[in-house]
Amino acid sequence: MSRPQTLFEKIWQAHQVVQEPGFPAVLYIDLHLVHEVTSPQAFDGLRKRQLRVRRPDRTVATADHSTPTHDGFPVVMDVMAAQQIRQLEQNCQEFGIRLYGMDSPQRGIVHVIGPELGLTQPGMTIVCGDSHTATHGALGALAFGIGTSEVEHVLATQCLLQHKPKTCEVRIEGRLAPGVSAKDIILALIAQNGVGAGVGYVFEYTGSTIRSLSMEERMTICNMSIEGGARAGMVAPDETTFEYLAGRQFAPRGKAWEKAVERWRRLPSDDGAMYDKRISLDASNLEPMITYGTNPAMGMPISARVPDPDRLTDAGERAALVKALEYMGLQPGQPLLDHPIQTVFIGSCTNSRLSDLRAAAALFKGRKVAPGVRVLVVPGSQGVKRQAEAEGLDRIFREAGAEWRQSGCSMCIAMNGDKLDPGQYAVSTSNRNFEGRQGKGGRTFLASPLTAAAAALTGKITDVRQML
Amino acid sequence: MAHFTTLVSRLLPLPVDNVDTDQIIPARFLKTTSKTGLGAALFADWRYLPDGAPRPDFVLNDARYQGAQILLAGANFGCGSSREHAPWALIDYGFRAVISSSFADIFRNNSLKNGLLPIELDTQTLAHLFELCASQPDVEATIDLASQTVWLPDGTQAWFPIDAFSKKCLLEGIDELGYIMRFEAEIAAFEKDMVE
Repeated sequence: MSRPQTLFEKIWQAHQVVQEPGFPAVLYIDLHLVHEVTSPQAFDGLRKRQLRVRRPDRTVATADHSTPTHDGFPVVMDVMAAQQIRQLEQNCQEFGIRLYGMDSPQRGIVHVIGPELGLTQPGMTIVCGDSHTATHGALGALAFGIGTSEVEHVLATQCLLQHKPKTCEVRIEGRLAPGVSAKDIILALIAQNGVGAGVGYVFEYTGSTIRSLSMEERMTICNMSIEGGARAGMVAPDETTFEYLAGRQFAPRGKAWEKAVERWRRLPSDDGAMYDKRISLDASNLEPMITYGTNPAMGMPISARVPDPDRLTDAGERAALVKALEYMGLQPGQPLLDHPIQTVFIGSCTNSRLSDLRAAAALFKGRKVAPGVRVLVVPGSQGVKRQAEAEGLDRIFREAGAEWRQSGCSMCIAMNGDKLDPGQYAVSTSNRNFEGRQGKGGRTFLASPLTAAAAALTGKITDVRQML
Repeated sequence: MAHFTTLVSRLLPLPVDNVDTDQIIPARFLKTTSKTGLGAALFADWRYLPDGAPRPDFVLNDARYQGAQILLAGANFGCGSSREHAPWALIDYGFRAVISSSFADIFRNNSLKNGLLPIELDTQTLAHLFELCASQPDVEATIDLASQTVWLPDGTQAWFPIDAFSKKCLLEGIDELGYIMRFEAEIAAFEKDMVE
């Protein structure tokens, strides 16, 4: 019997092409996802060296970051964004890469369409020039974000030089209370452990709570691994994973499917497998979470009060909190409940899937958006959009007074026309509350789709449990 | 090609923890298809007033630190997105090294690939450097990659870690893509095995 291995070790070992002593491994990449913002310089590099894309069949591109989501779609008004998207189209044509472009019915946020189309599969190595690539780990893949130089390496060789990261088991036990969701789990985890806890590690999420979550909920958790500092987050595949994947466009079929499932069943970490670090979270007493500051670890239960910098002993943390509260326009010790907001954003690769939209729509049904509040509901892909429309969710949102948009990264990254004005407060289902992230001077409260929907209806930060 | 051996320079102090890549270069500047010209947008939202004039209280606009090629920053520098535009902007502005007590993983990788040296020192040494730099803005540090050492004029020296491969690549100007391509036969054999 060989040494017990973790899910991560099994995938790493199976993809190691070369390992010279003292050097990083040459790691084979099964799936390379490409988008318009982090790829143009990589394709230029290929042209300069007169190289081809080694495996166009393992490379898939889409445009999501700089694409507008308004009704004039797909006309891109911004000259530079239009140029960047055109460049992606030309690069994909020149190098023979499949592109879900502006007019494709399968276009969407790269981390939404990967799983949706069945491109993302257990046991794979997946990279993309985007830090939220961690999302795909929910299906039992090793998936992480890379820089543009590395995008060039993978395009040219289908391989990446990587030092082996350490592993951290994140065990989550307990039953979630009504009104508390996967987003609240990951926000609580980051609030408790900090934005640097995962640096150098891959998170593997385990425990009864994780097992009970749907694939989409697991994606929400893995997605924000990077906000906890970890490049990758993973969940071992199980029946939920196989059920989710079965029948999807690029999932194996027939005999190949059976063989694949047999292989995937061997992926979960063995009993007795060792992790370099372990952290845990009790999910049973979680409240809905909300952030008050300018990094995702500055979060708290929704009924709590904004912390006081004077109570912090670490000088660096104190300075950071003072700076954050000044930017946010908040006072130490104040509650966030009933704090007025001007905008609500429901979308992003964290929370724009069908189940997120269903949860928000259930709350919106028969209610109206509070006067003066702007609400953007941005489905994660054109596929999600069609499904939501087939269920009538778009009507519920529109009738309540929300804007129903085309798919894209939208207000999560504010480089596509959707953004906050300086000083505005927003409750957002996205993943980053950094200064200016949603528009210069904009102030972001990160929360779940349910908490965002509640704020949309009341015009202020609200405990959704009182509305259920 | 990314290359680094030694550097003698002033330091520019930015004593802020968790500086994220959205601060280093805000997303609205990522619509470029080039690697160059991003220096003007470095720290844009901290550096400029709404009318575009320099903010007098931001360190990049402090005359005493002009010309510094070493950025001195708080813990977990470069957290957030994978945008390589962050090191491109730092390099385009004129930085050759960043000193901090820790770096986000993707930022560290991206920096090394562009010859921007991420130097990790313990928090005490970092605090000492911040003090020194505040009291003597023209203080110069010497970085020697071969011996993995930072030297200060007050006689202090500090050793910093770097993985052997990145060090070799920077010292000898080795091209990482070229290194991977040497294994063409192994990659092809690996792909053949996958099919079977």
